[in-house]
Formats: sequence, C-alpha cells, structure tokens
Amino acid sequence: MSKDWPLWEVFIRSRQGLDHKHVGSLHAPDTRMAMENARDVYTRRQEGVSIWVVASKDIHASNPDEAAQFFDPAEDKVYRHPTFYNVPDDIEHM
Amino acid sequence: MKQDYVLHLADTHLILGQRLGEWCGHNVVLEQDIAMSNIALDLLGQCRSLYQYAAELGGNKQTEDQLAFLRGERQYKNHLLVEQPNGDFAFTIARQFFFDVYHQLLCEELVKCSDKQLQAIAEKSLKEVRYHLTWSSEWMIRLGDGTTESHQRLQTAVNELWMWTHELTTTASYEEALDVPRPSDFKAAWHAKVSAILKEATLEIPAESTKQAGGKEGVHTEHLGFILSEMQMMQRTYPGMTW
Repeated sequence: MSKDWPLWEVFIRSRQGLDHKHVGSLHAPDTRMAMENARDVYTRRQEGVSIWVVASKDIHASNPDEAAQFFDPAEDKVYRHPTFYNVPDDIEHM
Repeated sequence: MKQDYVLHLADTHLILGQRLGEWCGHNVVLEQDIAMSNIALDLLGQCRSLYQYAAELGGNKQTEDQLAFLRGERQYKNHLLVEQPNGDFAFTIARQFFFDVYHQLLCEELVKCSDKQLQAIAEKSLKEVRYHLTWSSEWMIRLGDGTTESHQRLQTAVNELWMWTHELTTTASYEEALDVPRPSDFKAAWHAKVSAILKEATLEIPAESTKQAGGKEGVHTEHLGFILSEMQMMQRTYPGMTW
C-alpha cells in the first residue's frame, strides 16, 4: 500500500525556533494524512509546534554534478561579506 | 463502589491499549504503525492515572501494578468491545472509531463531574481523545468511501462489531449509585455521531441486532482470558518483578 503512496518532505518548527527545519520524509496519500503522519512520526517527543509538509516531487534540488559551477565561484569573493566596514565605537549590537 | 467505576474505566483503557499494541511492528505502513502505537500509549498513560486513583480509593492495599496485572478475569470491568480481536485493519479501525466516539462523549461529561481527580484525568485525556477520534473517523471515511474491497471489509467489520457497541451506552449499577456520567444519557449523541460518519463513509448503519453486554460487570467473552494470560505472564511467573 505505502509503496503506491507519494513521498512527502516534513519541516518542523521547534518551540524556540523561528524557522521550519527539514526533519525527514514519509508516505501518505494526500496532504491531510501527510500532516497527521508527520504529527505522529515527527512530533511525538515534543519536537515542534508547527509542521509543513511538501510533496517531494515539488522540490527541485540542485544537481550535484553542477556543484562546481554553482558554488565554487563564490569561494574567492570575500568582498561579498560585509566585513570591510569600520563600525563606529558607539554603535552597539553589531 | 467508586473503585469499581474507576476500575471499569481503567480496565477499558488497558485492554484496548493492549489490543492496539498487538499491531506494533505488524501494521500496514510504518506511519500508521507509529500512529496506532501512539494511541495505545495514550490509553496506557490514561489507565495508569486511573489505576493509581483506584489504588488510592482502595486504601492503597494494592498498587496500580497489582490492579493491572494480578486480578482475575471476572474482576475486569472493561467493555466487551475493546477485548474483541484486532481482525484486519478495517476491523481495528471500526472498533477504535466506535470506542473513540464514546470516549470523547464520556470525557466531555467527566470534566463536569464532582470528583476532582476524575475531572483532572478527563481534562488531560480529552486532547488526546479528540485526536484519536479525528484519526479513526478519517480512516472510516477513507476506507468506507475507498475501493470496493476496503468498503466491503469495513462494512463487514461494522456489522460484526455492532452488537458489542450497545454496551458502551449502558449504565452499570455502580454508575447509577455515583455522581458520574451515565453512559445511557449519551446514547442518542453516540448514535448521531456514528451515523453521521457512517453516512459520509457510504456505509450502511446495521439494523438492531443482538445486544451483548456484561463486561462492565465482569462477564467476558473468551478473548479476555487470552489477553490476560499474555499480559500477566511476567508478574505471575516472577512475582514482584520490576524493570
């Protein structure tokens, strides 16, 4: 039965967290059961207060074969980090 | 008297929890294996509070463990419905659904009763029970309004279990005598809720049939003995054994 069910990716926001983090995947026939299965499988130890489920087929991932052209060019662009500014002494919390 | 009532509640939770636990590792899909085990554990958690209270009412002559594991079959007061075997998935879902409708109605009444302890237990249980009912209602609709086979299997389960549901809304003598909810008072509400879901699930509501009862007074079907022998084996073989 479950092998006919589509795969879903589950994202949970923890009590202290501000963002939903990917925690795993599961099988379910539709969004409603995906949500309930996520509740049963991934929040039974109080892991979260909010759940997102996304059909895995709707997630488009970058291709590992293209990793070099995607990510390597950023390696030598240190000037993209905002670390070259002189912050005045009386500015706090920076 | 009150101890009888609390034991009746506790036993029903314990036996159904044990039945659901039998699915652990054998369920149809991993996700539902966990869902069903969660419900089983909710019921066990609830029965622990109830057994602790029953022990207290009995003057602490027996502990919660002794009450759960060392009584004989005739001393158990659970509903006959919950001791019925799991059957197939549809059978377990139908049994759970019939129970959950009753359980939610009961908890909603118990939170208003004069006994503070029962009130507190019911309040805590209610959140869990609402989810159980959502879960089992949805499965009723999915299977009933699903494929020809799922519909037929669930209809069979509903028909076969129907005669055990009567007892859910009967009032035992110990309930008459106490200031606790009388299940016969929510018979109509139980029927209304069950009928609505059966209708949505495109299932036939069974005609009035034989009405089986007796569990609440300690008269059980042959199944309970087998459950107890499995459940009590450790305590009876190694008395006083702990983890």
